[in-house]
Amino acid sequence: MLGLVVNPVAGVGGPAGLGGSDGAAAQASAAERGAQPRAGERARLALELVHEAIGGPLEVLTAAGPMGEDAVRAAGLVPRIVVRPGAATSPADTVAAADALVAAGATLVLFAGGDGTARDVARGLDAVGAGGGARVAALGIPAGVKMYSPVFAVSPRAAGALAAAWLDGGLPVEEREVLDLDEDALRLGRVEPRLHAAMPVPVRRGRTQARKAATPASEAAAVSAAVDGVLRLLRPGVRYLLGPGGTTAELARRLGLPKTRLGVDVVLDGRLLRAAASESELLDEIAAGPARAVVSIIGGQGFLLGRGNQQLSARVLRALGEEPLLVVAPEQKLVELGGRPLLVDTGDPAVDRALAGFVRVVTGPGTSSISPVNAPDAEASSASRTEGEGHAP
Amino acid sequence: MSLPLAPKPAIRRFHQARWDEPVIFELSTPGERGVLVPAVEPGVRDAVGDVLAELPAGLRRAAPPALPEMAQMRVLKHYLRLSQENLGADLNVDIGQGTCTMKYSPKINDQLVATPQLTAMHPLQDPADAQGVLEIVWRLERMLAEISGMDEVSLQTQGGSAAIWANIAMIRAYHEANGEGEQRREVITTIFSHPSNAAAAKAAGYEVVTIHPDADGYPDLAALKAALSPRTAAIMVTNPEDTGIYNPAITEWVDAAHAVGALASYDQANANGILGITRARDAGFDVCHFNLHKTFSTPHGCGGPGSGANAVSAALAPFLPGPRIVRIGEGDDARFEVQGAGPQSIGTVAPFFGVVPNLVRAYAWIMALGAEGLLAAAETAVLNNNYLLAKVLEIPGASAPYASGRRRIEQVRYSWQELYEETGITSEEIGVRMSDFGMHYWTSHHPYVVPQPFTLEPTESYSKAELDEYVAALAEVAREARETPEIVRTAPHRQSVHHTHHDDLDDPARWAVTWRAYLRKYPEVAARLAGEPESTADASAA
Repeated sequence: MLGLVVNPVAGVGGPAGLGGSDGAAAQASAAERGAQPRAGERARLALELVHEAIGGPLEVLTAAGPMGEDAVRAAGLVPRIVVRPGAATSPADTVAAADALVAAGATLVLFAGGDGTARDVARGLDAVGAGGGARVAALGIPAGVKMYSPVFAVSPRAAGALAAAWLDGGLPVEEREVLDLDEDALRLGRVEPRLHAAMPVPVRRGRTQARKAATPASEAAAVSAAVDGVLRLLRPGVRYLLGPGGTTAELARRLGLPKTRLGVDVVLDGRLLRAAASESELLDEIAAGPARAVVSIIGGQGFLLGRGNQQLSARVLRALGEEPLLVVAPEQKLVELGGRPLLVDTGDPAVDRALAGFVRVVTGPGTSSISPVNAPDAEASSASRTEGEGHAP
Repeated sequence: MSLPLAPKPAIRRFHQARWDEPVIFELSTPGERGVLVPAVEPGVRDAVGDVLAELPAGLRRAAPPALPEMAQMRVLKHYLRLSQENLGADLNVDIGQGTCTMKYSPKINDQLVATPQLTAMHPLQDPADAQGVLEIVWRLERMLAEISGMDEVSLQTQGGSAAIWANIAMIRAYHEANGEGEQRREVITTIFSHPSNAAAAKAAGYEVVTIHPDADGYPDLAALKAALSPRTAAIMVTNPEDTGIYNPAITEWVDAAHAVGALASYDQANANGILGITRARDAGFDVCHFNLHKTFSTPHGCGGPGSGANAVSAALAPFLPGPRIVRIGEGDDARFEVQGAGPQSIGTVAPFFGVVPNLVRAYAWIMALGAEGLLAAAETAVLNNNYLLAKVLEIPGASAPYASGRRRIEQVRYSWQELYEETGITSEEIGVRMSDFGMHYWTSHHPYVVPQPFTLEPTESYSKAELDEYVAALAEVAREARETPEIVRTAPHRQSVHHTHHDDLDDPARWAVTWRAYLRKYPEVAARLAGEPESTADASAA
């Protein structure tokens, strides 16, 4: 069954120029500036497409009033209320609603909002934390200000099309990251997305008619291939600092090791030396012998360093020496950057400049791609994108 | 007084035939025969004896083959019905299979290769009796050498990917001959080059390094320079790429490769936009290949065997596949001989001399057009493509990412991303719906670098009216995506079959390309055909 939760205040901070809508103060400020809620309207657009596709009345599990019921009714579908929030809704209501939707039997939780809403839904689905694993799939109807997490459909109607296909017989799911920016930092001019969780999101594979090319491998297969590529490059006697992310988690799994979801773990010759190491612990490990950091791409912006893996600091990078990074990612992640460079932001312009240029990204066994790397916060970063500065593995 | 004719609709009300035709094995009736072979006359039998006795026991079947048993007329009907359930190249406006170069394959060339002068030939025939066809093959090699600017050509490979394989095999042999085989372990390609370049290099044991385009869609020279090293064996690139964008820095690419001792390999499978305009060797390339079934009009793989051509510089000539056809002497005294592969050759990559009927077709095509005709074909293909580009961009929701405002060479990779964001309808769904209008449609190689992609290539063969017709059908489907999306989402409605399931084609446990495999993997079908009750089928499935 389909579940729906709407964050009625999602997106109000965008038009108001607040860079987000988190926190009661921002919401009050947005209201003062005349902001109108739009999440309910975007949820209706998605559900209308579900209605068209199903072609009849459909019961949707949801929360009362503006948190879902109103949108379900407006789309001509039948709400079944599973939770009744108070008058002024809060993030806790979204968490509770997601939890209640699963308890009532939802197999796909649609949510209308932005990254903050995604984070609350992930919490409700038990997808947050090192050992977390979401109970059911979720899909975002884009309605927020910040949507860095790749858990959103490209438009409300695209979300509706995916939901209809889900009801029509299911879709495969892929683990996607839930990111959120620190809005207070953002209002001070710093873009700092953090990795909060990972949850399964339905994806649509192509249908077959003109079959000239092979079907794209599933994301899981692509991640697995990229990991195969890295496994061939691991050398004995070298400490590998595994950064956060699904690809490095798969690498650890293939090594038969546990992996902290959001931490940097240190591995030597197939043994786990440290889990969730701090910067100083990483420096200790590097001092003990040759070492290299294995990193992947965080979120849709293409950060290699400085987002979600701040433990891999400028001091750590300096200590790692000439070839500090072994970068691994499925080809599709690079494709999704649409020609934009990978980004590094260690906070130290000299280190960032040294990393800028081109990097070789391992995409499979015996395959790699060359990606440009920019250091947006380092001076003259564009000038550093010149030949010969690649730091290939 | 004449009766008024009803005007034809602007968009065809095409409907594919639907015969629900069984697989031919299901049509078999035991004992039914197409030809009743008369008994051997006693005199003949006495003179010849038991011919089967001459066969070694290991070559004899224990039982007759399980072939379908049918009369001629039923066989004829069966295949005619199947042909009506097809969208053949001679039937539709076949510009939707971009990168395939679906040009007209002249029927007179089919008649040429159907003459006994060719069909009665045997590859093991004494060359003295085969001078005509050997001369055709030799002359076609010289023409392709002239078209590419290269020194030597082999026509042995039987398809495009086989030709790419031969390219990398020659490159590998070249480096090994120079003592650099161990050192040079990497091949660099671009993500918009044909993926067979990466695949062939990988199959030849190389590490493959892929360059992504810059933000404007041009191959990134700085990224190439960052990737090149003494470990590089070769760059293997297509130009223009699948986007229809021509790499303006192609000579710098080749020079950069040569500067580190690497070779440069040019995928000219589709040279349709550059015939008579640019030449691979003039840009410095060491090796290139053509697909005769793209650029030179011979039928494609599914309509007949493909045919590749490998062209190389003098330095790589010793490594060409063999045997080769050589000309001895000049003028009227010239004769043609078959020469075995040389000591440095990569050897035989296909039996004998390649797909000779297609070599004859390509030869006839080039001879009919002449040098000025080849140039006119390229110029017309480019003109058609840019007319089509302008028309497609008039459709709301369609775009042509990259190189904004610039013209393209012979094809364009378009995007329906805007339409998708508005309607949730994907490019694949649009493609399926296009088949309801009797049109082919293709998205892109994977990965989808251009979101919601579709690739059109009009070649020189199609008229303005046909290009307009194709665009009108595209515009109609885009309108449906907005106004009646369910029609698009549930398409096809006028096709022989509805959806095939992806997973049945991807899963080795479920795909079946032979009748025997089908019966083995689907025991319930085998049981039904054998007339067994369903419970038996379940038991055998378990």
